[in-house]
Amino acid sequence: MISQQIQTAAYLFAGILFILSLGGLSSQESAKKGVFYGMIGMIIAIVSTVLGEGVDGYIYIIVAIAIASVIGIIVARKVEMTSMPQLVAILHSFVGLAAVLVGFGSYLDPHTQEITGSEHTIHLIEIFIGVFIGAVTFTGSIIAWGKLDGKIPSKPLAYKGRHIVNIVLVLIAIYMGVLFAGAEGTEGMLYLYVMTGIASFIGVMLVMAIGGADMPVVVSMLNSYSGWAAAAAGFMLGNDLLIITGALVGSSGAILSIIMCEAMNRSFLSVIFGGFGDVPVGDAKKPEGEVTSTDHEEVAEMLAEAKSVLIVPGYGMAVAKAQYPVHDLVKSLQKEGKKVTFGIHPVAGRLPGHMNVLLAEANVSYDIVLEMEEVNDDMAETDIVLVIGANDIVNPGALEDEASPIYGMPIIEVWNAERVIVMKRSMAVGYAGVQNPLFYKENTDMLYGDAKDSVDKINSFLRK
Amino acid sequence: MKVGIPKEKDSHELRVGATPKTVERLIKQGFDVFIQNNAGKNANYSDKEYSNSGATIVESEKELYQTSDIILKVSAPTEQEIEMMHEGLVVLSYLWPAQNPDLLEKLAAKKVNAIAMDAIPRISRAQKMDVLSSMANIAGYRAVIEGANYFGRFLNGQITAAGKVNPAKVLVIGAGVAGLASIGTANSLGAIVRAFDTRGEVAEQIESMGAQFLTVDIEEDGATESGYSKVMSKEFIEAEMALFKKQAAEVDIIITTALIPGRPAPKLILKDHVDVMKAGSVIVDLAASAGGNCELTKKDEVYTTDNGVIILGKLDQLPAQASQLYGNNLCHLLDDMGKAENFKIDMEDDVISRAMVTYNGKINWPPKPLPVSPQKKEDETKIEKKVLPTPEQISKKKAISTGISLAVIGVFLFFLGKVAPADFMGHFTVFVLSVFIGWQVIWNVSHSLHTPLMAVTNAISGIIIVGGLLQTQNNLSDPMTVIAGIAILVASINIVGGFFVTHRMLKMFKK
Repeated sequence: MISQQIQTAAYLFAGILFILSLGGLSSQESAKKGVFYGMIGMIIAIVSTVLGEGVDGYIYIIVAIAIASVIGIIVARKVEMTSMPQLVAILHSFVGLAAVLVGFGSYLDPHTQEITGSEHTIHLIEIFIGVFIGAVTFTGSIIAWGKLDGKIPSKPLAYKGRHIVNIVLVLIAIYMGVLFAGAEGTEGMLYLYVMTGIASFIGVMLVMAIGGADMPVVVSMLNSYSGWAAAAAGFMLGNDLLIITGALVGSSGAILSIIMCEAMNRSFLSVIFGGFGDVPVGDAKKPEGEVTSTDHEEVAEMLAEAKSVLIVPGYGMAVAKAQYPVHDLVKSLQKEGKKVTFGIHPVAGRLPGHMNVLLAEANVSYDIVLEMEEVNDDMAETDIVLVIGANDIVNPGALEDEASPIYGMPIIEVWNAERVIVMKRSMAVGYAGVQNPLFYKENTDMLYGDAKDSVDKINSFLRK
Repeated sequence: MKVGIPKEKDSHELRVGATPKTVERLIKQGFDVFIQNNAGKNANYSDKEYSNSGATIVESEKELYQTSDIILKVSAPTEQEIEMMHEGLVVLSYLWPAQNPDLLEKLAAKKVNAIAMDAIPRISRAQKMDVLSSMANIAGYRAVIEGANYFGRFLNGQITAAGKVNPAKVLVIGAGVAGLASIGTANSLGAIVRAFDTRGEVAEQIESMGAQFLTVDIEEDGATESGYSKVMSKEFIEAEMALFKKQAAEVDIIITTALIPGRPAPKLILKDHVDVMKAGSVIVDLAASAGGNCELTKKDEVYTTDNGVIILGKLDQLPAQASQLYGNNLCHLLDDMGKAENFKIDMEDDVISRAMVTYNGKINWPPKPLPVSPQKKEDETKIEKKVLPTPEQISKKKAISTGISLAVIGVFLFFLGKVAPADFMGHFTVFVLSVFIGWQVIWNVSHSLHTPLMAVTNAISGIIIVGGLLQTQNNLSDPMTVIAGIAILVASINIVGGFFVTHRMLKMFKK
């Protein structure tokens, strides 16, 4: 048994370690240390809680943690880097579920009944809000997981009047909250159930209405929610460590959402309340010129002659798992003394920073993986740009065509390079449903086919 | 559809309307190709090569003109040639419609549909048919090669056992296609290249080709919507002249490429500029055919001044290369017009309606203007929009909105403090300050580490396990313990899985 003061001190220490852990992610070198800090913080937090007052049933705790650790390690070991978005989404749902459960537990806790007056009311409101956020996070994340895993069609599901339905549901939930706060003892349980059902439904509908390239925003938004759910649990338990951690995670997710939205030039609300489907498509200018295609041998020849090569990967590279042959390509080009860099758009992939992780997995050195602004500055000196499985993030319409639904979105201006090769399965439009005038540009050639096959073939021609 | 390629009449014209390679392309497009004998001789293409590519050799010029539906030529048709043309014939060639109104009338009288290749508008879709660009590219390259030929020294700097050689300095005036090609060629031969243009927007292109951009201190942009430059103001020209005089004394080779469509070439290098140049310096005047950019240029002549400056008023055309590019331009145009099968003169088309200078007996010149630099216009409007509120107004506006939001927050906190218990306020303080810390810390996270960031926040949000731990009782029949147990289970998966996968990811990031 340790005293309450010691426990508070331990929580403070854990909180500091968590902040350092996130701060460590500012660079690749300090990141590993950061994870270490996070682990120590977590161990301190758990041990000091267990040793503190009012904790019983060690055996159940140990069993639960042991089972979970085995599951956690297996999952973390087996997961492929291309499926990171799914893993992140499902982990969010766990936090949401835990928040719901802790909320219910807190309501059933006999201590809750002992307090009275405004303190009691505030406590009930905390429980209510915590369960609400937790339930939305839980079901929303499960749907997000299903969409990312392809189990649920990623097409946005939107029906007329869904905003009104959602607003009515939220109003009902608030009314339930009023009844709940006024209920004696545990009589409010029914209201809590109804609200949990409503919140779960809202979570489902919220994510069902969003899809495709907006998924990075959804995942970071759910990341944020999971933080707020933890913070709400902290309020109901009067636990500062939970509040600190929840606030850190919540603001982290919120910042990621903002970065993603800025990268698509869309407001956060427009992403949450509807996909691109709401925007009238087809007003965009019809691109002029013609599409020219090329073959692997020609691309290999061009690469052999180029001095500097830029690779712009998109979700298509992840789908085709082309990162390994791409790395081989980079190696053989570098051996010839060519300058090879990667240009990563902030929303490429289905998770913030997804492309970086995939390239890191394939052993691509991170100092040649650059951000959008850096590569745009050097575009004029670039001989060849290989666009692998990306579409909307290299669409010049975003700069030139005010009628385009993606007008104003910052993009990688690949057409300023000498020559552009676009690897794509077909001429199909990207997620935003707009034609890409890039394909019609004079200096752009299309290379149709699966990205992995294509890169493999180019590699074999280069070896000759 | 029959395509005919006559031999050029003008003895100075060494190019030809099609090469064996472009004949192959034409046949692929579905045309039957007829070519006059010896048409490609000056460009080093023999009749045999043409017939191997599938063309039919025709002896009689007259027969060629009569049987063809389309004629591919380089220089504008002479009167004698126009005589042989029939109604409805489509002719593709240089015409210089602004300078040759008589020619247009004659063609219109014959009801010939003439396309002036030099009048193809400069829009991105038409780049592949733009003969002015493709020919200017050759001229720009050739200007450096021939200039270097007459220049008595190396272009690149060398340090040899026999001593040090300084690199030559080249000044390029006018950074159009020809100018940029000159810059690139001179730069790759190792010379120090400087370039001047009245259009400020080309500074970036000049620098990207490896030259230093020279400029005068007067703010005036020479860019026009047609993509060519306009005539500049008097003050500007004076400053420009002073700059050229200073440069003339320093540089070894001057290449001038300044042309204003439909006007004589501007005189940029005056006699007193040439006087200060070093003996053995070279001026290559690409505007010689339009009167020359240099006062002393003699058209079609190489002229040496009294102080030993060599002025080139003529350039070799590189006929084989030029014919190939010119022929490609023609093929692209025919391709755009529907190839042989769907050949159609579409006067609604932006390109055709502007280049087709005579159609059905009517003269179609001058064409409607077509804005070419939309991007630049956009920039200007953008700047205007941004300039509207002054910085002071913006900061004032910002200060007001910050004041209002702070006031709202203050009022909110006051009422919260009134109703909430002391305990809650303590937790609330921690919460708000943590949000601020998180906000500061997370903005510093590198973009490339966003996925590990999400995984690690996943792991630490598993801290909710504390809630489960506090609720566990030593009694499994208590629903609270069961609920708490499940909460501990899922939260632990998060913690262990999250940290583990973050660690795995970060291990992969290698320099």
